[in-house]
Amino acid sequence: MPPAEHFAAAPEWQWWILGYFFFGGIAGGSYALGTLLRFAGDPRDEGAARIAFIASFLALIPCPVFLTLDLGQPLRFWHMLVDTSEGGVAFKPWSPMSLGSWALLLFGLFSFVSFLAAVADVGWFRAASPIARILRGGAGLVWSAVGTVFGLFICAYTGVLLAVSNQPVWSDGGWALGGMFLASALSGSAALLLLVARSRRDVDADTANRLEAADRYFVILEALLIAIFLVTVAVAGTIGKVLGVWIVLWLVVALGLLAPFAMARWDVARRWPPVAAPLLALLGVLALRAVVIFSAQS
Amino acid sequence: MAWQEKPLGFFTDTSICIGCKACEVACKEWNELPGNAAKFTADSFDNTGQLDAQNWRHVQFIEQVPDNTGMVVTPTPIAGGQAWLMMSDVCKHCKNASCLEVCPTNALMRTEFDTVYIQNDVCNGCRNCISACPYGVIGFNEDKGIAQKCTLCYDRLQGGLQPACAKACPTESIKFGYVEDLHAVADQRLATLKAAGYQKAQLYGRDDKVYGGLNAFFLLMDKPEVYKLPNEANATLPSRNNLPGYVGGVATAVIGLVAGLLAFRNGRMNGNGANNTTTTNTR
Repeated sequence: MPPAEHFAAAPEWQWWILGYFFFGGIAGGSYALGTLLRFAGDPRDEGAARIAFIASFLALIPCPVFLTLDLGQPLRFWHMLVDTSEGGVAFKPWSPMSLGSWALLLFGLFSFVSFLAAVADVGWFRAASPIARILRGGAGLVWSAVGTVFGLFICAYTGVLLAVSNQPVWSDGGWALGGMFLASALSGSAALLLLVARSRRDVDADTANRLEAADRYFVILEALLIAIFLVTVAVAGTIGKVLGVWIVLWLVVALGLLAPFAMARWDVARRWPPVAAPLLALLGVLALRAVVIFSAQS
Repeated sequence: MAWQEKPLGFFTDTSICIGCKACEVACKEWNELPGNAAKFTADSFDNTGQLDAQNWRHVQFIEQVPDNTGMVVTPTPIAGGQAWLMMSDVCKHCKNASCLEVCPTNALMRTEFDTVYIQNDVCNGCRNCISACPYGVIGFNEDKGIAQKCTLCYDRLQGGLQPACAKACPTESIKFGYVEDLHAVADQRLATLKAAGYQKAQLYGRDDKVYGGLNAFFLLMDKPEVYKLPNEANATLPSRNNLPGYVGGVATAVIGLVAGLLAFRNGRMNGNGANNTTTTNTR
């Protein structure tokens, strides 16, 4: 197969977009983990689930800010949702950016309501207790399940957004990017929850252990998808763009992937501070997005 | 004379382009484009560089000049004494336009003349169109905060005029008119060149093999890649990655959710939880 030839100009998506991809992934992934903990059905997981929903919304807050600041005309951010040309709504399901704008809005609603319920349960904002009461039991499970669909979409569509282009690397590794970002978001979110869980007494110690176990599954999935991504890019003949100076970032990615296993397997790693592995994992999540975003445009 | 609402476009015959850049100047004058700061390129007559927000026409100089060893190294070995290839590049106004596909705000639209047009007051500068355009045509205007490219002089067309670049071209390398008429002109010119022995001469975008056909199509004297144009195999729409991208995402989500649920449930079922519990939930 002859190598792909690209003559497209770079869109100059830089730091704001990296920030959005990172925080959006953490927001969606944390929400999904909160939902999974509730679906697992053990009331002792509830503390960790609440942290997950709180973390999800807090991570989501900067996302629309970053996206708006990245626009050349920030005051026209609403053009993503309202068609000022023809009238009506601007909704193009075949454009990932259009679909993502709507998904971000809807996920924001789910994340905000779940956040209110969580902070009410923790006792930080008792005015939201009625929402917390409504979301207990089946209604809450349905709510968080639907919210998880939007949350996971936020994790994955950023990869599809890059793939739906004519850029080198992004369009070459097309079908692997969405899954790779999603798996990475899940592992990063598990790492974040572990980080918070280590410092809070209302999180069950066994829940934290099982978060570590889940994190290892997510890391395996992520590593597999990174390998597939690199193979597809190599087949397209553009792997040179993601290597070279970018090796440094790949090393950070690799460290982030290995950290959870190192903590679990090697005695020497047990001497690390407990926050070391989650922090490395989060750095790896950031580095993965950075290497994909920046290398293709260099 | 008013133009009928039929596809209008350019036929750019590179075999008679002399690289005078009158098209670039006319374009900048009419569209009030100040241009980029001048750059010293040292080894090329091309000091425009590329199509972007300030350059809606760009005369490419493909300089196939032998080096000190007598070898021509870039971009391809030459024949027939063609030391230079020149081409006035421009937005192709594709029938199946990548930029139109991805634009989330509908700032990119198709006009009554079948051309692709960016509405300045709708574009919010997300730059998705730039990532999608396979020809590197669209650029980001830092001053206006929006994406910009050739409009095929939409304002002049509405007044019954022809685009400024075509009007200014001294050799008629840039021909403007109804696309169906231009096709006939191009076919005849290609036949003439082939008869004269230019076997590499070919039309690019005349048929529907590249993005469904280009309203601004070209007669090239070499392979499309030499002119930084994707060949048929590489002329792909961004939307080709929509379905596989989402399928990959859904598959990963399902595997991830199942793995997570197993991890969360298994520990408890194995009885690991009771001994390690430090705090129980009171809810």
